[in-house]
Amino acid sequence: MSEAVFISDVPVEPWVLPSRGVVGMACLICAEAAIFIIFVVAYIYYIGKSISGPTPHDVLELPVLTTICLLSSSFTVHLAVVNLERSKRALCSLWLAGTVLLGAIFLAGTAMEWNDLIYRHGLTIRTNLFGTTFYSLVGLHASHVVIGLLMLSLALIFSLNGSMTHMHAAKLNVLSLYWHFVDAVWVVVFLVVYVLGR
Amino acid sequence: MATQTPEIEILNQSTPTEPRHPWLEVLHGWVTTVDHKKIGLMYIGYALLFLVIAGVEALLMRVQLAIPNNTFVSPQVFNRLFTMHGTTMVFFVGMPILFGFGNYLIPLMIGARDMAFPRLNAFSFWISAFGGLLLYFSFLGGDGLYGAGNAPDVGWFAYAPLTSRVFSPGHSTDYWTLAVLLSGVGSVGTALNIIATAICMRCPGMKMSRLPLLVWLYIVTSGLALIIVSPLTAAQIMLMLDRYAGAHFFDTQAGGSAVLWMHFFWIFGHPEVYVLVLPAFAFANEIIPVFSRKAIFGYPAMVAASVGIGFISLSVWAHHMFTVGLGAGANTFFTLATMVIAVPTGIKIFNWLATLWGGRIHFTVAMMFAVGFLFQFLIAGLTGIMLSVSPLDWQLSGSYFVVAHFHYVLVGAILFMIFSAFYYWYPKMSGRMLSEKIGKWHFWLFLIGFHLTFDFMHVPGILGMPRRVYTYEADRGWMIWNVIVSSGAIFQTIGTLLFVYNMIRAYFKGPIAGADPWDAWTLEWATSSPPPDYNFETIPTIRSRRPLWDLKHPEDPDSNYEF
Amino acid sequence: MSQVTNIFAPAATPAHAIFHLSLLVLGITSCIFLVVSGLLLYALIRFRNRASATSDPQEPAQIYGSNQIELSWTVIPVLIVVMLFLATARIIFSTENAPKPSDALDITVIGHQFWWEYRYPKLGVVTANELHIPTGDAAHPIPSYLTMSSADTDHSFWVPRLAGKMDLIPNKINTMWIDPLEPGLFLGQCGQYCGTQHAKMLIRVYADRPAQFAAWVAHQLQPAAQDPAAAEGQAVFLRNACISCHTVAGTTAAGRFGPDLTHVGGRDTIASGSVPNTAANLRAFVDNPAHFKPGALMPEMHLNAHDLDAVAAYLTTLK
Ligand code: HEA
Ligand code: HEA
Ligand code: HEC
Ligand code: CUA
Ligand SMILES: [Cu+2]
Repeated sequence: MSEAVFISDVPVEPWVLPSRGVVGMACLICAEAAIFIIFVVAYIYYIGKSISGPTPHDVLELPVLTTICLLSSSFTVHLAVVNLERSKRALCSLWLAGTVLLGAIFLAGTAMEWNDLIYRHGLTIRTNLFGTTFYSLVGLHASHVVIGLLMLSLALIFSLNGSMTHMHAAKLNVLSLYWHFVDAVWVVVFLVVYVLGR
Repeated sequence: MATQTPEIEILNQSTPTEPRHPWLEVLHGWVTTVDHKKIGLMYIGYALLFLVIAGVEALLMRVQLAIPNNTFVSPQVFNRLFTMHGTTMVFFVGMPILFGFGNYLIPLMIGARDMAFPRLNAFSFWISAFGGLLLYFSFLGGDGLYGAGNAPDVGWFAYAPLTSRVFSPGHSTDYWTLAVLLSGVGSVGTALNIIATAICMRCPGMKMSRLPLLVWLYIVTSGLALIIVSPLTAAQIMLMLDRYAGAHFFDTQAGGSAVLWMHFFWIFGHPEVYVLVLPAFAFANEIIPVFSRKAIFGYPAMVAASVGIGFISLSVWAHHMFTVGLGAGANTFFTLATMVIAVPTGIKIFNWLATLWGGRIHFTVAMMFAVGFLFQFLIAGLTGIMLSVSPLDWQLSGSYFVVAHFHYVLVGAILFMIFSAFYYWYPKMSGRMLSEKIGKWHFWLFLIGFHLTFDFMHVPGILGMPRRVYTYEADRGWMIWNVIVSSGAIFQTIGTLLFVYNMIRAYFKGPIAGADPWDAWTLEWATSSPPPDYNFETIPTIRSRRPLWDLKHPEDPDSNYEF
Repeated sequence: MSQVTNIFAPAATPAHAIFHLSLLVLGITSCIFLVVSGLLLYALIRFRNRASATSDPQEPAQIYGSNQIELSWTVIPVLIVVMLFLATARIIFSTENAPKPSDALDITVIGHQFWWEYRYPKLGVVTANELHIPTGDAAHPIPSYLTMSSADTDHSFWVPRLAGKMDLIPNKINTMWIDPLEPGLFLGQCGQYCGTQHAKMLIRVYADRPAQFAAWVAHQLQPAAQDPAAAEGQAVFLRNACISCHTVAGTTAAGRFGPDLTHVGGRDTIASGSVPNTAANLRAFVDNPAHFKPGALMPEMHLNAHDLDAVAAYLTTLK
């Protein structure tokens, strides 16, 4: 085998490849986005098609405060990543805790909203098409928030007990991508459910 | 010079002798493995098992349909048979076998030691496998073990509102939804893994423009799978909410829409058929050049055409809904979008033709199956074009013509190419050669059976025979055609049995293959057969699309010609 | 070869239009097939590995591509597609957007598991499973407009010799039209899987000459026959649950779950075309509907032999 030809060739270029974590997360986000698109399409398709009440206009209120909380948690998680990269672990923990708190407030807001809808307005998933599409779309998003919060809480624990170092910044970054995605989806859900659909 | 390691190493040509473990340990090794090759083989074995099961279901249907007013099976059982046959073939044969080959081949072809996420890989396999078992558990579940148990009977696209609690009481439809949902999760996991592997695990020198075409096509397939399996998952979640939580997504009584389900299903369902066929194209892209002894013609065009097919296929789904009453405007749009697919697909056909042209064609069994694929895919594509002419589809939709069209692709193109892939890569996977003689018998029997069955299946469609009927009227003149169609299935069965026999025989008695039995050009042939756990002792560095060509023809390396 | 449901034996305008279009499509696709498979065959034979060549280790010349050639086999298919598309679009619009003449006959078609309900709203006629429409000719077609929906699952109305199929979908109204150009019986069947007995949801369309059609309508408008000889059967019928699912005009039976039986005796077949309408078949069907049609939604009524005979006799009098 004449390897000479192989070796004498051009010098080997530096060989850098994209990060698996980021590519994998990007793929996951594509897939998740497709799920949300279907639910959003179903929501839009059924706006105003319910045979009986209540209508969104009767019962929905703009969740302004919780929306602000959720959106600002994108900044806090970003700051946590930045600080971890710079090995500022305490700050990282702080920002992570802030993120978890903001997310939890959002969830609490959703819980209160649902409580109100179910017990005061009698709107359940069985009531009409609005109930069906509303609970499934908002619920799907909320379940993603829950998953994100669980992961972030884990990260927070690792950060507090010191097992997460700046070596893990790339991983935390991948997680933060997911969190940004969950936020971005909320913007869409907010616009469709509370602005367009009301 | 001496500091450099040799970049491609042909390892020792003989099979490494493995120490024999007690069977429990072997089993344990397979169950817990995260090695891409073992997972790939498990995918393939699992798919083959289901191919035989779903094939037997097809045989039972063909017995029932051979003569009019037959009472071999009851209407209830027949409906379960075609539902299980279609669902199994698409979700538990097509998908896993293609993912299996992808899993096995992609890391080898890009000079990597494993997939990007080995544990996700194992998870994806097991969850899909569980989905298949769940689907078949339905035969036992529910009302118990009589007739066809409680197997789903709503057809593989399960149109609403037939799937609602009202029209489908019991749990048969729940088995279907859950099984498909689980297999979908596995598919998304594997698709993600394949993309991440192909992008992030390439060996030095393997630029995107040097990826073997197979890997390119798997990227497209996986990208497509990522975007389309999720809508199906979403639709299944909605269906489950309807059935369990009393939601009304597809409840026509509460103002819900049956057509919405059709849209959601076919947004998945149409691209899905390209997810299935692109890997078949991928095999053809490797096998045809090697046995023509020529480089693939028009590599950039092939990549562009595949990506093009991927994109266009996302916009044609409503050609399955021409008879739903979407209106003239929508029908016109989807007619055009569907026809446009002929252009990139044509590019592929012509490029394969040009690859053959001027070559030196070796008719090994792998190549014979590939040639069968070329002709049959051409015909299948042309009947597809007939169906895309929506007025003609108003006649033919839901008839046996459609059944003939899609079996021409699914069997004539995809299954043929899968067989071809087996003859080509089996030596790599097992270290032993399949018998070419038995292979030729397999090929001819299957070819004859295929044409008897599926050529003549077009005719009853034209004569007005709808699909999914458990029996038919004697006075319509359909019987003679159905007899021929059913008789073809016998040849296919014998062919398939020979194939299975060939594989088992070769595993024990086949001649030793050596690293590179076909004198091929891609990296998987640079390591021993079967490859060691770590694939390559040293990670290779490459300079062109055909690294082994460069190695074998140092005077005229490919890198001089790439564009 | 039987011509009864052949799509290539059209007998109405929409089916004719499709037939002519299909000839064009068949022509084009056959040409493509002949050319491409001819080239393939030639390549396979001409460039096969010959015995003499085996001894020669040289590889054939490596050709990596050619922009001109590749461009040409992109452009030619594009042109073919444009042509096919234009021809198709014409037929789509001329069929789906055809102006509806004011004298067109309106018919409402409702699909049921597993039978067909036909209503003529302007004429006041209700019938089942056997559709009667007037016949025109090429100079004066008399179109019948079908407004279609479903009472349960999806179905599809397909009579190949008259027109392509159109689905009947719950909660959705579809329309189509047919204008048979020659009198006769046109067969078809449900074209969309709708449940257990999708296979036996057969369609019979009787294209009558206008005078014949008018006579049929006049007859349908009469209330059900009251044959004194069948009074006992009528009593059995009215006493049993039959009336909760079936209508017999002029009696207390006004159910709508099953086919209208007012003139069932005048139909050629029962159970939506499954079996000929004879007294024996009627009796057997009422005794056990699953006998002809396992999975049909009419339950077994458990009448004794005497009542069965009486009911069957009564039903045959409902001409
Ligand atoms: C892998 C599978 C596969 C593939 C590749 C295809 C490919 C195509 N299919 Fe097929 N199809 C199915 C699997 C597949 N199909 C299945 C499973 C169903 C039924 C599902 C069900 O109902 O259960 C179906 C149903 C189906 C329908 C709906 C029928 C109905 O139910 O009413 C239509 C209608 O347009 C259609 C069209 C096409 C077209 C236009 C292509 C094109 O991609 C073909 C393109 C290829 C060529 C045209 C040949 C090569 C090109 C040239 C040589 C260039 C020159 C040619 C021209 C210019 C025309 N298919
Ligand atoms: C990859 C996909 C795939 C494959 C390979 C096949 C393969 C075959 N299919 Fe299938 N088919 C579908 C996908 C596929 N099909 C789909 C999606 C549907 C639609 C379902 C629906 O409408 O919902 C369908 C529907 C369908 C129908 C229509 C049913 C109906 O509408 O009523 C028919 C009827 O003839 C049929 C026949 C066959 C036959 C004869 C084969 C043969 O090629 C099979 C050959 C294989 C074998 C014969 C197995 C070999 C068996 C052994 C080795 C074991 C031998 C042991 C014993 C004899 C005991 N198929
Ligand atoms: C629960 C509802 C139900 C009851 C009760 C019922 N039927 Fe029916 N009947 C049906 C349905 C549904 C069909 C259509 C069956 C099919 O073709 O699939 C039918 C069909 C028929 C037909 C054939 C009509 C045709 O044109 O094809 C006759 C005759 C008939 N029923 C008579 C009776 C008699 C007599 C009784 C009472 C002894 C009865 N039915 C009770 C639902 C019912
Ligand atoms: Cu009605 Cu099929
Ligand atoms: Cu399609």
